Amino acid sequence: MSEAVDHPYRERRGVLRGLWASRKGRGLIYQVLLFSVLLLLILILVSNAFYNMEQRGLKAGFGFLNRTAGFGIVQSLVSYEETSTYGRAFVVALLNTILVASIGVVLATMLGFVIGVMRLSPNWMIARIATIYVETFRNIPLLLQILFWYVAILKPLPAPIDLFQQGESFFLSFNNRGLVFATPLPQAGFSLVLWALSLAVLASIAWSWYARRRQLQKGDQLPVLWPCLAGIVGLPFAVFLLLGLPLDFVPPVMARFTYEGGSTVVIEFFALLWALVIYTAAFIADIVRAGIQGIPYGQSEAAYSLGLKRTQTLKLVTIPQALRIIIPPLTSQYLNLTKNSSLAAAIAYPDLVSVFAGTALSQTGRAIEIMFMTLSVYLSLSLLTSLAMNIYQRRTQLVER
Amino acid sequence: MVTGKGEKIIEINNLQKSFGTFVALRGVSLNVRKGERIVICGPSGSGKSTLIRCINRLEVPDSGSIVVDGVALSDDVKAIEGIRRQVGMVFQQFNLFPHLTVLENCTLAQIWVAKRSQKAAEETAQHYLERVHIPEQMHKYPGQLSGGQQQRVAIARALCMEPKVMLYDEPTSALDPEMIAEVLDVMVEFAESGMTTVCVTHEMGFARKVADCMIFMDEGKIVEASDPNTFFTKPKSERTKLFLNQILEH
Amino acid sequence: MVGLGQVFLLWLRENLFFSWRNGVLSVVVGGFLLWIIFLLGDWFFLSATWSGGIEDCRMRQDGACWPFVRVRFSQFVYGFYPSVERWRVNVVMFVFFTGIALLVWERTPWRGKIVLFMLCVFPLASWFLMRGGFFGLADVSTGRWGGFMLTLVLASVGIVTSLPFGILLALGRRAESLPFVKAFCVVFIEFWRGVPVITVLFATAFMLPLFMPASVNFDQLLRAMVGFILFSSAYMAEVVRGGLEGLQRGQYEASDALGMTYWQSRIRVILPQALKIMIPGILLTFIGLFKDTTLVLIIGLLDFLGMIQAGISDPRWGAPNVPFTGYAFAAVVYFCFCYSMSLYARHIEKKFSAGRDRRH
Repeated sequence: MSEAVDHPYRERRGVLRGLWASRKGRGLIYQVLLFSVLLLLILILVSNAFYNMEQRGLKAGFGFLNRTAGFGIVQSLVSYEETSTYGRAFVVALLNTILVASIGVVLATMLGFVIGVMRLSPNWMIARIATIYVETFRNIPLLLQILFWYVAILKPLPAPIDLFQQGESFFLSFNNRGLVFATPLPQAGFSLVLWALSLAVLASIAWSWYARRRQLQKGDQLPVLWPCLAGIVGLPFAVFLLLGLPLDFVPPVMARFTYEGGSTVVIEFFALLWALVIYTAAFIADIVRAGIQGIPYGQSEAAYSLGLKRTQTLKLVTIPQALRIIIPPLTSQYLNLTKNSSLAAAIAYPDLVSVFAGTALSQTGRAIEIMFMTLSVYLSLSLLTSLAMNIYQRRTQLVER
Repeated sequence: MVTGKGEKIIEINNLQKSFGTFVALRGVSLNVRKGERIVICGPSGSGKSTLIRCINRLEVPDSGSIVVDGVALSDDVKAIEGIRRQVGMVFQQFNLFPHLTVLENCTLAQIWVAKRSQKAAEETAQHYLERVHIPEQMHKYPGQLSGGQQQRVAIARALCMEPKVMLYDEPTSALDPEMIAEVLDVMVEFAESGMTTVCVTHEMGFARKVADCMIFMDEGKIVEASDPNTFFTKPKSERTKLFLNQILEH
Repeated sequence: MVGLGQVFLLWLRENLFFSWRNGVLSVVVGGFLLWIIFLLGDWFFLSATWSGGIEDCRMRQDGACWPFVRVRFSQFVYGFYPSVERWRVNVVMFVFFTGIALLVWERTPWRGKIVLFMLCVFPLASWFLMRGGFFGLADVSTGRWGGFMLTLVLASVGIVTSLPFGILLALGRRAESLPFVKAFCVVFIEFWRGVPVITVLFATAFMLPLFMPASVNFDQLLRAMVGFILFSSAYMAEVVRGGLEGLQRGQYEASDALGMTYWQSRIRVILPQALKIMIPGILLTFIGLFKDTTLVLIIGLLDFLGMIQAGISDPRWGAPNVPFTGYAFAAVVYFCFCYSMSLYARHIEKKFSAGRDRRH
């Protein structure tokens, strides 16, 4: 189509038709169309929202965060009373989510790696069991699993298991309310133990640096892992003993319905954690299996033929390569675990969704502000993670021709 | 079975190996002397790869014995590691470590197995990379090299450990034709410098040039073992003749 | 020739007893497995209560309580749908499962037409049939829907609507020349994928009434469905994008070179191929969606799991073996559905990859 033919054609059919005839113009029309539809939609929604909120006598804004919440939370990592503010409740709920998610991620990773390696076992029986585990737990809805562990297993837990009982008080108890234990109370001089710990960590870093330097220069390898571990555990412990155990415990005492004193991790935490770990480990196991299978066996053979030991081969050749395959999907499983921890709402574990988007929302009616805050927490977490993953993938991409 | 001078470095006696119901080796015996260069050929599935993979115990034989440099191979992990350190191996698929640079590929085992300092390891690596004619690629990753270059790095990597024996498992089979020559040239160079060599290959030009002894295997057995001259001009067995015809026709 | 027994012995030696440590391990683990199977078999079958009512279950507590499932079975399936009208649900389920079966069987004629029917005509027809309120059919409000039927409704609505939306979003995300469209699609997809499903349901349950004019009244089910459509479209868009990216560049270039317009090339050339590659991915998304339907129980809808949960919390059925029985029943049902879908997905994947290998 030449310009000469194009022009009169355009003029005859009008500007819009002319635009529609070219690819660029058509794109422009699509974009303008989408933009105006979106704008219209937003305007309608916002005006509706303003109207409805006016009707209900609500005012938009985050001022309510400073008001007294007036409800209790059964488990809080920072001090919280019924007289605390909604803002404080948000922090407590967020910390509870972080607690279950971070412990869950660690445990699910360990279990997932074990099961994933088991699936590759040359022993048929072991491999089969791992496969059955994976297929069973990932094909049953997580919510069903949470309810199962909570309602069918943990709630009907029989008599409490008390350790070191002395009359009405005890040191540690696991029962259908949760884990109740004596609160540690540091005494004078305990800070020395912490100082010893930091010293040991610093010394370990220095030692591994020295070992690395010596290896570069002389070639012999000094042991690193065991001395460092021994130092980090042993030194603070030795100081702790020398100072005459400067740590007191406030033991919980059985009152009529509750425990007084001591600290409690509620049973809902264990039900949720356990279900999340079991469920996520099934997915992680599959990722680990795929990651290890993604490394050709020739890699290990080449390492063996150079005389490397099995452990050295794993450490220097197989694992570094498998991790490149494993880490991106693994982090997305971590993200899933964190998001799934919001199912806490079903069993009333006081996480972000059940306390803040549940109790606080129904008490204040501030759906927009509260949902905004809740969604931003999860959204920023997933955006940060995918940002980190992009950087990781760019840095570890194998260089190809 | 094979005569020659010098002390024996590899003694293989009545080796048997099967995979499930497939029998790969049906009683193979072979001696290799110091400085000897042996070329093994045969149709695919004849057991030649299995044989040399048994020498550094990448395969565990069902029965029979292997003695390398005076040490009998057994389940003893220390003995296996010791032998693998004395025996270098080059694979058909190169098996370079893609996450390490060429230099790191060459220094990895030197540092962790031979316990050399990094500086010494890098010097050795540089020396051998020069001898395989690619010192300038040192800081590149294997994925950035051509197949021929990768295989030469693999040879250098094995040589860096200063092995007493080199095993080549079809080193040119995965290469494009124009790259075969550059790898063979390097192999000839090292073989002629007196390195004990066991090579599985179908490159008969290479065999004629360097082999002290030709071995033809079929169906898990050594069918023929003779010096190259006899092997190529008047082979005893019919199967050898047939195989040589097929190979040399191309 | 080797005898069958010999092959078996060889297999045992190579897979279970190849070293003495593995032999011991096999025996210990195998014994443990048998013990578990025996315990479960005993609890669910041998020591279970099969007939009678809750009193019988209370008398015999060391086994499953099957009367719980038997008595409440119709509730688990239909929820509170009036019993005289249940034939309507039965018709819908019959057509649904027949359609699926026809599609899975590879030699069915007119599979393409059946797909179209199942995706376009059937969902609307069954909605009106089950909802009623015309032609003398009694009106059954969605508040009375529940049980397995509700689960299927939610899952089907999610999958059927998410496909077209997902395709549009994926095409939009790949439209490099339309920066605004692309940005919108990226933000939409990443937003719904980044937040927990339960917060999406919370958001639609609590916020939709705020954003709607006062005259419009969304019932609970509809709100949940809006939530489902939003996030399942986002998940589906990523599956479609994977399929589009998996296609060779040549396909785009060839259809462009033939002078096809954008939509002609997408509809005639690209999507038919990409959709085929995507079937396993779509099925996996569907499994996830099917499992996620259980979440509606948190916002107060009684789907299959919700019905069972309601039954378990019913004080009239209070016995220690009831929860275990109920959850096990639910688990088996969900497992059967999800596992068969994942098996089918794997089958398709294998079929396609085999086809691809042959071409090379």
